[in-house]
Amino acid sequence: MSNRIDVKKTYKLFINGAFPRTESGRTYEIKSAKGVFIANPCLASRKDLKDAVVAARAAQSSWNKASAYNKGQILYRIAEMLEGRRAQFVDEIVLVTGATKSKAEKEVTDSVDRLVWYAGWSDKLSSLSGALNPVAGPYYNFTVPESMGVIAAIAPEVPSLLGLIEAIAPIIVGGNTIVVLASTKAPLSAMSFAEVIATSDVPAGVINILTGKKDEIAPWMASHMDIDGFDISGLAAKSHGAIRIAGAENLKRIYSFKSANPGRILAYLEDKTVWHPIGL
Amino acid sequence: MGSPVSFDYAPAPESRAVISIKPKYGHFIGGKFVAGSKHFPTINPATEEVLSQIALAGKAEVDAAVKAARKAYTTTWSKMSGKERGKYLFRIARILQERAREFAVLETLDNGKPIRESRDVDIPLAAAHFFYHAGWADKLEFAGLGTSTKPHGVAGQIIPWNFPLLMLAWKIAPALAAGNTVVLKPAESTSLTALLFAEVCQQAELPAGVVNIVTGDGSTGALIVNHPGIDKIAFTGSTEVGKIIARAVAPTHKSVTLELGGKAANIIFEDAAIDEAIEGIVNGIFFNQGHVCCAGSRLILQENIAEEVLEKLKKRMSKIRMGDPMDKNTDLGAINSKEQLLKIRELSASGDAEGAQRWTAPCELPAKGFWFAPTIFTGITQSHRIAREEIFGPVLSVLTFRTPQEGIDKANNTPFGLSAGIWSEKGSRIFWASQQLRAGVIWANTFNKFDPTSPFGGYKESGWGREGGRHGLSAYLKGVGHE
Repeated sequence: MSNRIDVKKTYKLFINGAFPRTESGRTYEIKSAKGVFIANPCLASRKDLKDAVVAARAAQSSWNKASAYNKGQILYRIAEMLEGRRAQFVDEIVLVTGATKSKAEKEVTDSVDRLVWYAGWSDKLSSLSGALNPVAGPYYNFTVPESMGVIAAIAPEVPSLLGLIEAIAPIIVGGNTIVVLASTKAPLSAMSFAEVIATSDVPAGVINILTGKKDEIAPWMASHMDIDGFDISGLAAKSHGAIRIAGAENLKRIYSFKSANPGRILAYLEDKTVWHPIGL
Repeated sequence: MGSPVSFDYAPAPESRAVISIKPKYGHFIGGKFVAGSKHFPTINPATEEVLSQIALAGKAEVDAAVKAARKAYTTTWSKMSGKERGKYLFRIARILQERAREFAVLETLDNGKPIRESRDVDIPLAAAHFFYHAGWADKLEFAGLGTSTKPHGVAGQIIPWNFPLLMLAWKIAPALAAGNTVVLKPAESTSLTALLFAEVCQQAELPAGVVNIVTGDGSTGALIVNHPGIDKIAFTGSTEVGKIIARAVAPTHKSVTLELGGKAANIIFEDAAIDEAIEGIVNGIFFNQGHVCCAGSRLILQENIAEEVLEKLKKRMSKIRMGDPMDKNTDLGAINSKEQLLKIRELSASGDAEGAQRWTAPCELPAKGFWFAPTIFTGITQSHRIAREEIFGPVLSVLTFRTPQEGIDKANNTPFGLSAGIWSEKGSRIFWASQQLRAGVIWANTFNKFDPTSPFGGYKESGWGREGGRHGLSAYLKGVGHE
C-alpha cells in the first residue's frame, strides 16, 4: 500500500463549455453505496439554469447550421472519447451505485454504442422524415425536419450515464442545444461525461449539464420562456401533470420516453413546409 | 386622349335555391339526428338575417356523443380493416364533390365569405382531404418514423369559424383514416355545413357513431376537452384557448394537437417581382377577410422599394370589390360576427392611438351586416399592438428593413410561428430566408396555398403538430416509446 494521498476532483457544473461552480454557492453531499463520503457536487440554482439557457440559445444557430455530416462526426467523436475513458466511468458507476463491475461495464458499453447509433441518424433524418409533397398545382412543395431550438431534459436517476446520453444524444443530433439536469444521487458520471464533451469538438453551449435537485429545477425548466421543449423521461410520472401545466405558458413541447427510438429525435424537431411556384 | 374607359360589374348573385335550411337543428349522435334542448340563433353576417336555430349541447349530449363514439370504436371501426375503412372515406369525398354547390352556398350564407372562395377553395379542398386520407387507411404501417399503426380511440375535435367545412375535413379525415372515431364541435357561429356533413355521413352509410357532431359554444368545447372518455383532442382556434386546453389535458393521458394563431411576416426583398408581390400581399391578408390564422398580416418591406410597393398596393386595394358574399364578383365578404368586428375595430384603434398611420381603401360599406374595409397601417414599430397581436381581419401592418438579416429578425420577432412569405427572384436568397424563418409553412413567391398532401402547422406558440400529409396523419396514431 502506498501512503500517497489521492488528488480528489471537485465536481462542478458544465455551462457554455466551461466548468463553473454554482453561482448559489450551494453543494450537497453524495456518498457511496457503502455510505462513504465521495464528493460535494453543485446544487444548481434557477440562476444557473438561466445562464445555461443563455449559453444554449447563443450556440443554437451555429450548431443548427453545422452540416449533418459534421454533427454526425461530432457525436461519433464523443463516443470515441468515452470509449477511451471506459475504466473511469466503470469505477465511478461501481463506487456510487454499488453496481457490479460487469453491470457497470455493460452500461458504459451501451452508452458508447448508443452514441454511435444516434450519430448515424444525423444525415438520414431529413431523407426519412422529410417529404416531397405532390400538391395539386404547379408548385414545388417539400417538408423538412428542422431543429426546435433550446431543449431542457431531466436525466433519470439510473442508469446515470446511459440515461444521460439517452437524454442528450437524440436532442442534439437534429441541431438543438440542451440543458440537462443529471442524476441527483449519481452525478459523477455526468460531470465526468462533461469532460468527455469538452474534448470532443462539441461547440461551447451545445450541451450544458447541471447537477442538483429535480423538484427544484424541473419546474423552472417547465416555466422558462426561452426553452422550446422539455424531455421529462427522468421525472416521476406523478409530477408530469404539474410540469405540463407550467410548460403550457409558451406551449413547450414536453415528452417522456421509455426507449431509444427515432421518435425521440423527431419529437424535438419541427416540420417546415416550403412552397414555390413552378413556371417560366 | 379621353379618360380611360371603366366598366361597372353587373350583379352576379349565386342562387340560394340549391339549399334548404331547417328552422331548427339538433345534434348528430350515433348516426341519428337528435333534438337539442336549448338553442341559439345562427345568422348570415352579411345581412344579419337569422338563418336557423342551433342546439347548445350540454353534459348529457356530450356524454351521449362520446358514448356513441366509444361504442362505434369498440364494436365496429377498430375491427374493420383499413381497406374497408378507406372506402367510406372515398365515398364521403365523392358525395362532397357531388353536393359541392350546396355546401358552398350554405358556407357563404353562414360564414360571410365570398362564394368564389367557398366554391373554389373551401369545398374542393375539403373533398380532396377526404380523398387523400382515404388512401392512407390501409397503409398505416408506412406512416413514418416514430409512429405505430394504432389509433388513439375516440378523438374530440373543436374547429373554428373561418373555414368551417374545410377545418372539419382536416380533422375528421385523418382521424377516421387512422381508425379513430370522432366527436366534433363546429364553431358557434358556423354550424350549418357540419350538420349538412352529417347527412353526407348518412348517405355514405358510415357506421353509426363513427362521426358524432354536437353543436354549441365554448362551454360545449370545454365539456369535450375535459371528458374522461376521450383519448385525443384536436383543436384549431386562438392561442389563448389553446393554452387553456393544454393546461386542462396536462394531467391526463390525452394526446393533443393544436393549430393556433399567427402573425405571419410577408417579406418583400428589393429584387422581388413587384406586381406579383402585390397580388401576393393582397391574397395574403385579404383572402377570407383576413380571417386566416396564417394570414400575411405583417408586410415587411425592404426600405428602398417601400414607397413603390405601398403606392401600388393602395392602387390595387382600391380595386377590391367588397360586398354581397353571394355575388360571384365579390372579393371581400362580411366579417363573421359582431364580436369579431368589434375586436378588429379595437385593435385598429390601438394602431391610431399608438401613432401608426391608417389608410383605408375607398369602398362603401353595406348598411346591414358586419363589415370592415381593407386597411393598412404604416409608421409601425415592432412594439405596437398591431405588430404583435393577431387581428384576424383585413388589416395589414407594414414594417421596413434595410439588410436581409434585419428583415428576418423582424419576421421572427413574435411568439407565433405558423407561416411566412418570401418574395424574391433570387433562388439562393429564397432558400436562405426559408431556412432562417421560424415558421411551419413558408410560401415563397406565393401565399395562402393549401393541399391535403402538404403538412400545415406552426412553431412556437402557433401550436402542436401538423395537419395534412404523412406528418399530419401521424398525429392520429399513437407514438412509439411515448410514456
